[in-house]
Amino acid sequence: MLLDVHDIRTFYGSAQALFGITFQIEDGEVVALMGRNGMGKSTTIKSICNLMPPKGGRISIAGTATDRLPPHKVARLGIGLVPEGRRCFPNLTVHENLVAAARPGQWTLARVNALFPRLVERRDQLARSLSGGEQQMLAVGRALMTNPRLLILDEATEGLAPVIRQDIWRAIRTLKAEGLSILVVDKTLSELLPVADRCVVLENGQVAWTGVPQDLTADLQDRYLGV
Amino acid sequence: MISREFLINGVLALLLLAVPFIASAVGQPFTITLATRIAILALAATGLNIALGLGGLVSFGHAAFFGVGGYVAGILSSHAFSGDPMIFGFEGSKQMLLIWLTAAIVAGLLGLLIGVISLRTSGVYFIMITLAFAQMVYYFAISWPAYGGEDGLSIVVRNQFPGVNTMRPLTFFGVAYGALIVGLGLFAMIRDSRFGAALQAVRQNEVRVASVGISPLPIRLTAFVLSAMMTALAGCLYADLNRFVSPSMLSWHMSGELIVLIILGGTGRLFGPVAGAMLYVVIESALGGITERWQFFLGLILLATVLFARGGVIGLLAGKARHG
Repeated sequence: MLLDVHDIRTFYGSAQALFGITFQIEDGEVVALMGRNGMGKSTTIKSICNLMPPKGGRISIAGTATDRLPPHKVARLGIGLVPEGRRCFPNLTVHENLVAAARPGQWTLARVNALFPRLVERRDQLARSLSGGEQQMLAVGRALMTNPRLLILDEATEGLAPVIRQDIWRAIRTLKAEGLSILVVDKTLSELLPVADRCVVLENGQVAWTGVPQDLTADLQDRYLGV
Repeated sequence: MISREFLINGVLALLLLAVPFIASAVGQPFTITLATRIAILALAATGLNIALGLGGLVSFGHAAFFGVGGYVAGILSSHAFSGDPMIFGFEGSKQMLLIWLTAAIVAGLLGLLIGVISLRTSGVYFIMITLAFAQMVYYFAISWPAYGGEDGLSIVVRNQFPGVNTMRPLTFFGVAYGALIVGLGLFAMIRDSRFGAALQAVRQNEVRVASVGISPLPIRLTAFVLSAMMTALAGCLYADLNRFVSPSMLSWHMSGELIVLIILGGTGRLFGPVAGAMLYVVIESALGGITERWQFFLGLILLATVLFARGGVIGLLAGKARHG
């Protein structure tokens, strides 16, 4: 098992946000983490990365418990995070963003450039001067350059033009085909469900439903994901 | 395409190189000393620019490294002059290359010690801890009578560089200028390396850096130590220029002066410290002859720079920083 999240309870100060979340991700699996706004998706991701350490429960990555590890060591266990809001390093160039955190492995600069050819054209441009879509490609590329075992995409296509979204989804499908494990948070169900092997739906900081996408009926979607 | 900043850097480098030769030709030897002082202060500030400009580390203790460089030069040469052994029968040295190496090692170790403790803090606490360490070194030097205490230590004959006569002002300027160019080259190498990218990323967002697997502390510590070593090298040259080293090289005024040079020239810019040192020394020498309160006018210029030209002289001339 690649990721084992067991009964985690996370707090914002004294306010509890997660009430015993449990789910697993196997090698090569794509899991969709779903739920309405404020249900705990981003908090779960921050807990996995130890950016917001849980006060209870246990998280392990490939058998290694993460509770005593600082965030950079959790990342080195093989977590590649693409955070919400396209957070690149704005005052570094595209190239510098990619190489700053690179670690050896199958994902090289050439392969990232092949996945996102636009980044080649923008090589020496500052990240802050890129369009939203290009910044998102850069954020995904930067995460891949760390050669993760699990890629976490938090709202990777939010706010992007439809054409750019297609580029991002095409990249996600390519990564899945290559056997990379992915945890995806996204609101575009028409793209998300075909690519996911399994769905984990959160409601009020708890897992409300898990199963394969085919079983996530319109009724369930309406109940857990509708606005 | 050659950028405007590259051209400005080239002009500044040539200007600094040309001035002493012109001064020598027209019989103005004091101007050679001023140009040498500019080159040495620019080298010291380039060292600080690694920590401050690239890493965002506002060190108010770099005088400690500058002064340690000076004292290494003074102590080694005084023993070599007197013949008194130091430790293990070592009788000091008058060879600049050996002195520079020793100063870099000593300052690197001191930087490691100060960095390991102070880099666990940030913001105003980091400023205060670096200042406190520098003041400790300052008071240690004052209370060390073996090497002059408060009176300082004279270097009777300037230390030697292989193949040249460093007692000639123009030659010594050449040595200082060469060291500055090497220092600037190292700064550019660090800035453009993977390490430099990580260092600047740490400055921009520590949490985001950790989430991609980079630990901020070792990156900052390495930058701090490299910065200390380069500033110490400048300290050796400064002691040789004045043929004198005193605790004033270690005082907090010196730390402040180095920060001022960088802000005036352009923080994080390759030639920011050079432009800053030029402006500072020119103002000091031009206004210093007219009034004792020349620093009041420097303060006004610094105020104007901070308010209206955040990129310093280089930013004003070349536009926005590539790495802001």
